[in-house]
Amino acid sequence: MKFGYFPGCSVLGTGRACEESTQAIVRELGVELEEIEDWNCCGATAYMSVDEHNALALAARNIALAEKQGATQMTTPCSGCYLVLNKTKHYIEEYPAVGNRVKESLKRTGLQYKGTVRVRHMLDILVNDVGLDTIRKHVQHPLKGVKVAAYYGCQTVRPYKDFDQYHFPETIDKLCEALGAEPVHFPLKTRCCGGSQMGTLPQVAQRLVFAILREAKRQGANVIVSVCPLCHFNLDSYQHDIISRFKEDVGITCLYYTQMMGLAFGIDPNTLGLHRNLTWDRSPLRQQMAAVGVGA
Amino acid sequence: MDVTTRHIKYQADCDPSFPAAIKSIPGCEKLDSCIQCGTCSGVCPMSIYMDMTPRRVMNLVRYGFKKEVMASNTIWLCSSCYACTVECPREIKVTDIMYALKQMAIREKAYPRRFRMVVLANEFYKMVRARGRVNEIHLVTRLNLLTNPLEMLKMARLGIELIRRGRFSLRPDAVKDPQRIREIMEYQGNGNGRKEVATK
Ligand code: SF4
Ligand code: SF4
Ligand code: SF4
Ligand code: SF4
Repeated sequence: MKFGYFPGCSVLGTGRACEESTQAIVRELGVELEEIEDWNCCGATAYMSVDEHNALALAARNIALAEKQGATQMTTPCSGCYLVLNKTKHYIEEYPAVGNRVKESLKRTGLQYKGTVRVRHMLDILVNDVGLDTIRKHVQHPLKGVKVAAYYGCQTVRPYKDFDQYHFPETIDKLCEALGAEPVHFPLKTRCCGGSQMGTLPQVAQRLVFAILREAKRQGANVIVSVCPLCHFNLDSYQHDIISRFKEDVGITCLYYTQMMGLAFGIDPNTLGLHRNLTWDRSPLRQQMAAVGVGA
Repeated sequence: MDVTTRHIKYQADCDPSFPAAIKSIPGCEKLDSCIQCGTCSGVCPMSIYMDMTPRRVMNLVRYGFKKEVMASNTIWLCSSCYACTVECPREIKVTDIMYALKQMAIREKAYPRRFRMVVLANEFYKMVRARGRVNEIHLVTRLNLLTNPLEMLKMARLGIELIRRGRFSLRPDAVKDPQRIREIMEYQGNGNGRKEVATK
């Protein structure tokens, strides 16, 4: 299995652990990722707010680059990027005027957009292409007794997704089971964490994250798992501020889903970038894994 | 609020070109079929912080209440989570309408000065134009310098944590030839009737 790979900007900085754990998992499962050469930022929500034509054209450049590289499918570990790339593809197909303009502008820089590449979420590929049976075979240390709140965030399954469903997605929950963990009932699984509003309106975004963390705990979870580097950043990095602000201990271990897979596969925690998570140092899961010889 | 005060809006105060402009944008054309069911407001995680719910914005847009819509904080609170879009029974792309409104407000500089969302969007845009890629740390630093330098102090603890964990990349990443990015943007920008976006 070979895919064009779009890392996205955040995995070069704050989301590094997401990149590291994703790479470790695809190595283990034999998925080949070929980085799209000279990719540019997909634009996320920010430049869509300034200029839609530009946003679509720049996102389309990445798809055209993937085509040029001979990829028939491309993938990204970031849910924000996944949505933007997929939305761009849909817009170009749905609105010919937009499409022609995008194609024209790319042509000026010597690129051709054909629309032959499928945009896939990394989670979709791991669970549906590689498959849960194969994943089960790689599990060395079943995550027994680990209760997981599977957090999909908003962008993963909305609105142009090509797997799972909007209201009650189950992909991560099934993955948890395959790893030996136990998914808890988690009604806020697709509730937005505030995304980039954490930087602009922390008063509001912190409250959204507080609600998500509190619900995870209330449902008996001891780990919350996310699929988007930005969601992971919001859930993992602000717990200190949130606890002191809302005066309620909502502290919970927050993992990126490929980190959780890696632990079950027996991969060294540092390889998975776990030392970069703020909630890992004192996590009970860390002790539990150390007891079976994963990490120290 | 004084319950005896009545606020009357007159048809003459409306701007009929406003709904037309929004509906001409791909994804926004179905606005007229809104049945005002309020589903979008109900599922919106941000609506309790908004001064006007998404349902109300949809209605005011279609009747041309441009001033009211542009003055509300709703479009800037929208986090683009698409919950409204996937739930709307009339298949109205509410999120895309919010985007169209943001674009219009930025173009016409109709937003509160130093509003952080706008500054972030603009800085992001400029960074992409300059390098083709975004460095989050630079972006957040610019945002705070331009809006609220004191916020930097509050961020310091987290900043130190991120440095300690190697998540603070100072290297400004870039595409090989940013001129290519600008060419694409210029082509698109010309067609849009404007070259640069508002900065301050
Ligand atoms: S979603 Fe964010 S991090 Fe990912 S590429 Fe787009 S802008 Fe960069
Ligand atoms: S939940 Fe928040 S961070 Fe995650 S994808 Fe949605 S907006 Fe982005
Ligand atoms: S959900 Fe759709 S139809 Fe209902 S009020 Fe909102 S935009 Fe209108
Ligand atoms: S996309 Fe915006 S308006 Fe729609 S539900 Fe999300 S935050 Fe609310």
